[in-house]
Amino acid sequence: MHILKILFKNAFRHKLRTGLTIISITIALLAFGLLRTVIDAWYAGVEASSAYRLVTRNAVSIIFPLPLSYKDRIRQVDGVSAVSWGNWFGGIYIDEKNFFANFAVDARTYFDLYREYAIPDDQRTAFMRDRKGFVAGRKLAQRFGWKIGDTVVLKGTIFPGNWEFVMRGIYRGRDPNADETVFVFHWDYLNETLKKAASTRVDQVGFYMVGIRDPARATSITDAVDSLFKNSYAETITETEKAFTLGFVAMSDAIITAIELVSFVVIIIILAVVANTVAMSVRERTNEYAVFKTLGFGGWRVAGLILGESIVITMLGCAFGVAATYPAAQIFGKAMGAYFPVFHVSPGTLLLDVAFSFVVGILAALVPIYRTLRMRIAEGLRMVE
Amino acid sequence: MEPGMVVSISKLCKSYHRGGQVIPVLSDISFDIAEGEFLALMGPSGSGKSTLLNLIAGIDQPDSGSIVIGGVDVTQLTETELAHWRALNVGFIFQFYNLIPVLTAFENVELPLILTSLSRAERREHVTMALKVVGLEDRMDHYPGQLSGGQEQRVAIARAIVTDPAILVADEPTGDLDRVSAEEIMGLMDRLNTESKKTIIMVTHDPRAAKKAHVVRHLDKGVLTNAHSQDTL
Repeated sequence: MHILKILFKNAFRHKLRTGLTIISITIALLAFGLLRTVIDAWYAGVEASSAYRLVTRNAVSIIFPLPLSYKDRIRQVDGVSAVSWGNWFGGIYIDEKNFFANFAVDARTYFDLYREYAIPDDQRTAFMRDRKGFVAGRKLAQRFGWKIGDTVVLKGTIFPGNWEFVMRGIYRGRDPNADETVFVFHWDYLNETLKKAASTRVDQVGFYMVGIRDPARATSITDAVDSLFKNSYAETITETEKAFTLGFVAMSDAIITAIELVSFVVIIIILAVVANTVAMSVRERTNEYAVFKTLGFGGWRVAGLILGESIVITMLGCAFGVAATYPAAQIFGKAMGAYFPVFHVSPGTLLLDVAFSFVVGILAALVPIYRTLRMRIAEGLRMVE
Repeated sequence: MEPGMVVSISKLCKSYHRGGQVIPVLSDISFDIAEGEFLALMGPSGSGKSTLLNLIAGIDQPDSGSIVIGGVDVTQLTETELAHWRALNVGFIFQFYNLIPVLTAFENVELPLILTSLSRAERREHVTMALKVVGLEDRMDHYPGQLSGGQEQRVAIARAIVTDPAILVADEPTGDLDRVSAEEIMGLMDRLNTESKKTIIMVTHDPRAAKKAHVVRHLDKGVLTNAHSQDTL
């Protein structure tokens, strides 16, 4: 008979109580896993950002544009390999609830700079040939059932009017962190339409995407770019793509902190549930632990039995919780795809699940172990369930 | 300790503390137990019989005095040393059997052997032998809940003897049994004493059980009143 067998037999002595405890741990770890995945999803853009790209925007605010003419001057900065530009379009597809990110981009340079977006050559060529063409991420196309050749109309909010586009390509992410929900179309189409309307916003871009050869030189290049436009009417701020994305995430810092806190509260709840179960079980079995001690089991062996039982219960709950997190995350990711384009359960989250379960297993057993170690055998033998 | 004596108790005192009050339980107890002796401790409730048994068995500590068993003063051992000593030298038989309900008869008897370095096959051999001694080899896969009281107590005896200890301590071994089962258990203990030469120290209220003992010692309010040898000696 192995000690492990005793642990399992003890753990399932009260099947209902142990079962309910395991279910509680499973649900709590599922909640913990989803909350951590939400936080990861929030930072997915940051994780996906490339060290080989910088973003240049108006120094006053991202909502103020920059002249198109800056592109040639930025390209001449030592260390810059490519320059692309774009505008946040902010178009609405049918209804506001169908939100997705849509940008007007320089089609000639955009996909060379964003190599994590893989688009078949024929589709890219078709996109280049059609001024009204657009390319969408795989998940976005799936979400609305768009096919190549479909016409899609976006209602402009920043740029008023109904804008008609034809789908010419679908890109896929080369890595799991790549956002597959973006809609991009020709910046030239936007600019020429504005020209026709005699708008003052002609030849203005929202931001520049700057490719660099050596990430180690990012700081000197950002300084060099910004110094080009110092004291001009549109000064710039250039930063790494990671810093730029983090700036957006930082706006939701309070929410992320709240989610993070809730995820840890969940762990504390598990601790309370398991501690209660273990304490009840050990108290009911005081007499048996006294018998174990009488038979020659030292205090630490008895402590091992209690600790082992606690860990068996928590790790079983952990296993079920981890197993349930994957399908739940898939369902959650589909339902919230508009807000969380990248929603994957990370190995780090699973490691946290396991680590916290293990720690909870240990902590929950501490008080019962302490009591059992202090218990005098003669007193323990007198206790009858 | 006199020659041939396995247990020597000298000036043993024990008291309990309850709510600031000191309640004396045993006062200046001294006696020896010979190797192979079957001793019955009798006396009214609260006379200190079980406390004395617990002290001899090393599961409680006296306030003063010494208990030398096989040359070792058990009152001087640490908790860990005592646990090791108990595992090797003492077999326990309780009034309410104290079997682990989720383990089979076999597994219950095997428990003390987990602490030894015996292989699985050797453990199986020892357990089977112990269960054979108590006549329950055909019930080894039964759980305590599937056995009668007498059978449970026999499993408890098998557990007590499986490590082949020199001393068996029994606290009211027939206290929870009907007359027939009690006689079977006492017969078994008598056999362990006469055939296996086990030293047995038994606390009992039951005069019929006490009759199997060689020596009966009486305790009253923590003091040994008298001792007498019986015809069976």
